[in-house]
Amino acid sequence: MDNNIDNDTIVAVVAMDEEKVSSGDSPVFLAKNAEEQERLCLLLSRIMGGVAHDLENGVYIIVKH
Amino acid sequence: MQDYGVVILIGVLTGFVDRWVMLRNDYRNYPTYPHGHLTHLTMGFIAAGLGAVAVPALAKPDYVAITFLALAAQHFREIRNMERESLGKLEETKIIKRGTDYIEGIAKVFEARNYLVILAALLSSGATQIWGWPYGIAVALVCILLSLKLMAGAKMGDIADFKQGKLHFSGSLLMVEDVVIMNVGLPATREKILAEGLGIIIHPHDDNARLTIDSPGQRMAMIHDVVSILGSKVDISEPELMPMARKHVDKGYLAFFIVANEPDIESVIAVIKRVPVLETSQATVLSSLAGRKAAD
Repeated sequence: MDNNIDNDTIVAVVAMDEEKVSSGDSPVFLAKNAEEQERLCLLLSRIMGGVAHDLENGVYIIVKH
Repeated sequence: MQDYGVVILIGVLTGFVDRWVMLRNDYRNYPTYPHGHLTHLTMGFIAAGLGAVAVPALAKPDYVAITFLALAAQHFREIRNMERESLGKLEETKIIKRGTDYIEGIAKVFEARNYLVILAALLSSGATQIWGWPYGIAVALVCILLSLKLMAGAKMGDIADFKQGKLHFSGSLLMVEDVVIMNVGLPATREKILAEGLGIIIHPHDDNARLTIDSPGQRMAMIHDVVSILGSKVDISEPELMPMARKHVDKGYLAFFIVANEPDIESVIAVIKRVPVLETSQATVLSSLAGRKAAD
């Protein structure tokens, strides 16, 4: 787990602004506000056993390491 | 000329006590399994027996009997496989993994200890055969002390300096001093890390040490030992507080991050200092010409 070189996958994307994301392999969840976004990230990371990462542009990704 | 009974007895006792002492001297968390203890003591006893009967077999003389020492070597190689397999299997259910380097190191040590036992038994029974039992016992004591010294090996504390590093966030990046550890998305997790996390900066003494701590296996060993003693707040499917060790690529030092159950910086440093330098990770650049030239 220390060497997250391989097998990292984005399991979900959580965004507020639709224009920042486009469809890809992983599902995109849209939140109305920052509070909902944070809650979604928390829930998704717990459900999927992943880690929430902040891309600092209002988009969060849930990554399974 | 001694009674073979006495010769064998002293040899077997030396070997057995040697194995016992080395087992007690073992580092952290392994073997804490009572059955593992028994297995290794029994193996040690067999090794001691093999070493001890070699001398009377030579004195008899029954040279063919010596060939079974070769058989013994094969047998004890199995110990390495046994340790490797069982520790490898246990990895699957561990949240914080020990790492293959560490497992290989432990397995090798277990094998090597049996050879030391054979040697100790051989030497002490040989001394008994030639000079009599008081000398045999003296040699036995020297052998046991020597094997303790031989098996000690280098520790992290010998090759690096440790000091506390400040944890902070640069945007969403968790940093220990000026080393990036990871990206943390959730504000709640960030707060928890700032409140309970510990950061340590590990400064290698020289280029050898720098390459040693560079090895992911050595880092995993450090993390594993700290977690196995002080605990961590990582849970199954909640890997956000995963302890990590990342290096400063330009300056070569290592930043260590952990959210421990017992957030005591002194203890964390004390544990890391006692982590063995793994022989598979140990670098020896300074003993090569090119390495020395590049170092200055």
